[in-house]
Amino acid sequence: MVNTDLANTSNNLLLVTVLLYVVAMLAYAADLAGTKAPAGKKVPTGKKVLEGVGAPAPAEPVDLEKEPEEGGRDWGRFAIVVTVFGWLAHAGGVLTRGLAVERWPWGNMYEFVVAICLAAVTGYLILLVRQKAKFLGAFVMVAVVIGLGAATIWLYQAPGELVPALKSYWIAIHVTAAIVASGGFTVGFVATLLYLAAVRFETKGRPAFMAKLPKAEEFDRLSHKAIMFVFPIWTFAIIAGAIWADEAWGRYWGWDPKETWSFIVFAIYAGYLHARATAGWKGKKAAIVSLVGYAALLFNLVGVNVFLNGLHSYSGM
Amino acid sequence: MGLTGWLRWTWRQLTSMRTALVLLFLVALGAVPGSIFPQRGMNPERVVQYFDEHKTLAPILDRFSAFDVFAAPWFAAIYILLFVSLAGCVIPRTWQLLQNVRAQPPSTPRNLGRLPQHATFTSAKTPDEALAEAHALLKGRRFRTALADGSVASEKGYLHETGNLVFHLSLLALLFSVGMGALFGYKGNVLVTEGLGFSNSASQYDEFRPGKLVDATELDPFRVTVKDFQADYITEGPQYGQAKDFAARLGYQGSSGAAEKDYTLRVNHPLEIDGSKLYLLGHGYSPTFKVTDAKGDVAFNGPAPFLPQDQGSLTSEGVVKALDAKPEQLAFMAVFWPTASRSADGKTIVSVFPGPENPAVSIAGVFAGDVSKGPRSVYRIDPSMLTRLKTETNVLTVGQSLKFPDGKGSVEFTGYKEWVTLTVTHDPGRLPALISAALAIAGLVVSFMTRRRRVWVRAAAADDGSTVVEIGGLTLGAPTAEFDDLVKALRPDDAPTEPVAAGSTKE
Repeated sequence: MVNTDLANTSNNLLLVTVLLYVVAMLAYAADLAGTKAPAGKKVPTGKKVLEGVGAPAPAEPVDLEKEPEEGGRDWGRFAIVVTVFGWLAHAGGVLTRGLAVERWPWGNMYEFVVAICLAAVTGYLILLVRQKAKFLGAFVMVAVVIGLGAATIWLYQAPGELVPALKSYWIAIHVTAAIVASGGFTVGFVATLLYLAAVRFETKGRPAFMAKLPKAEEFDRLSHKAIMFVFPIWTFAIIAGAIWADEAWGRYWGWDPKETWSFIVFAIYAGYLHARATAGWKGKKAAIVSLVGYAALLFNLVGVNVFLNGLHSYSGM
Repeated sequence: MGLTGWLRWTWRQLTSMRTALVLLFLVALGAVPGSIFPQRGMNPERVVQYFDEHKTLAPILDRFSAFDVFAAPWFAAIYILLFVSLAGCVIPRTWQLLQNVRAQPPSTPRNLGRLPQHATFTSAKTPDEALAEAHALLKGRRFRTALADGSVASEKGYLHETGNLVFHLSLLALLFSVGMGALFGYKGNVLVTEGLGFSNSASQYDEFRPGKLVDATELDPFRVTVKDFQADYITEGPQYGQAKDFAARLGYQGSSGAAEKDYTLRVNHPLEIDGSKLYLLGHGYSPTFKVTDAKGDVAFNGPAPFLPQDQGSLTSEGVVKALDAKPEQLAFMAVFWPTASRSADGKTIVSVFPGPENPAVSIAGVFAGDVSKGPRSVYRIDPSMLTRLKTETNVLTVGQSLKFPDGKGSVEFTGYKEWVTLTVTHDPGRLPALISAALAIAGLVVSFMTRRRRVWVRAAAADDGSTVVEIGGLTLGAPTAEFDDLVKALRPDDAPTEPVAAGSTKE
């Protein structure tokens, strides 16, 4: 019942996606480093620009890798265009996979991770439109390229039918919510890392390749926005999972390792949201809590299936 | 500090956000061992196995309830403290909110220019007219307003705090619902071979777990018969042998004594009877045998449930006990292959497909003696108490027989049936838990989508006869675009363009 042509189309589209994302990543990096330089100005290779606390971004171009393009090309705009094409290929890849197997295309770990990456890029594009968060681009692309690469290399599953336990409309509800939330948490994670980096730059000086990075508070705001948006979705994913578990396994909550870890993720991110409003926990400490939350999310996604024995064991691993 | 002072101090510490945060992290941390070690409540067999494999470590871990984490005293201590802390924070806030909603909006601050959002302009209207206009505008936008002393005070966005409180109170309700299910609910597992049935009573279950306050003699007396079971498998391609669908045709009779009804029980499609739910959780084979004893009488004739050793091929093992055999009781161990095939090296037989394409059994050991004195389990015998009869390992296909030595009788492999494991759960906390969870989500979303906003408008006559209108806004979190809209609506089109105050935003 698998349409092999469509399945191959899906694989090819995802290959194109990865290539486009890599190109976008490099273009974002060039943009971030301030490569868009008036022609003629040149900075010696290898020069480190150190700044004092709170100094504005350097006006001078500080490109280390490339010669400035003639007339200055807008790498940022180019990167966004490539990202949008990559996103289209990505969405097409997920869609054709679903059509090939005639079901929701998130029935195993490979499909799940590919879908989470799509959600992460979608989340980034939303932030790009609404919050002008272009500077997140390079780092979201890094995360997504790693995710897609790992999915293709280690998690790949030939397209196929699902085991009876997964044949339920709840897969559309529970797993979709988990995918959207995981994608959003990924964007929040990237922003949090950049927040911590930017805080460090404010005291220790900023490396030249991040010349155009905005101030730390901007990242703090973005990661909080992303996490606040997806925290209810994650909560919903857990509850939808509980309802499904009640239909399939005869209880809504049984501390299966996947359930346990999704609860741990919930508790840590809840801790993050409270920490941001608690004196003595704001800023760096809260950021570290959110990093721990993301680590728990990743462990729940991969580690639980690899190391622990539970009911969510149909991931093909 | 006296006792009351000390108690008050403890209470304040417990209900502080900092303590709540630490408790929240402790709950998360405390759950981790519950995912690492096998848990008695879910996987008792694996706990036994863990004890076998870790002879010194397991008893030590057990002392710290590592195999019952979610029922452990220390885990209970953490979450009870967390919920007490939560209640101690949320309940006073609920009273506070109820008071705020009834009280007047906070009166106008002296200096509106200090607020994060503010604007000033002059108007040709009289101060009273300007205030009346502002009052009407804010009322129209569903602010709660108070008009006094040359100013309008207004407040809006109580849903932020309301949603937040609903979320936290729902978590408390969820905890109580789960507790209610644990006290008044029960769960029973039973293995039923096709053609047989069971009724909902504690003695009929292979495993019965009642809640602490369940009277096991008062269960709803419904009855279920398994008419037949059908498993579909994928027969080609890389997923060869993977299950596609399971369906058990049931007949059931509710406790009211109504006529029997039919239902096809599938995974993800439980059957609801009298407020309990019935689930299809597992399946396997019951090969059927006819055992004849030394005198030529039939001592056993029917199915014996065998346990799958491997889910992929459903190679199953079990025992058959012929307790009616004379002069001695007989028993034998056997292996069942649903699709028997010789392995590549030709030496052993394996099952290559879980469906019954070529069913065969091998009788691995035949025993005579007092079988009924051994284990009561239908899956085990104790060979050390019995005499082993000399038989060669034989592979039988349907219809074939094996003669026991010394004229002790024979066994015929007559065919197979399938069995299913059914779980019945009764959980009165299920619906309250669902409602609590739904309210929690709703509260969370509402709380995240709204913010409390306060807007004040002051109007005073200036020396030149015009009116100076001052507007100030205070919002939890970031400034709002709503404030700019309000200013735009109140400012006359021909008003002299006072510099828009710093802090006013355009989003």
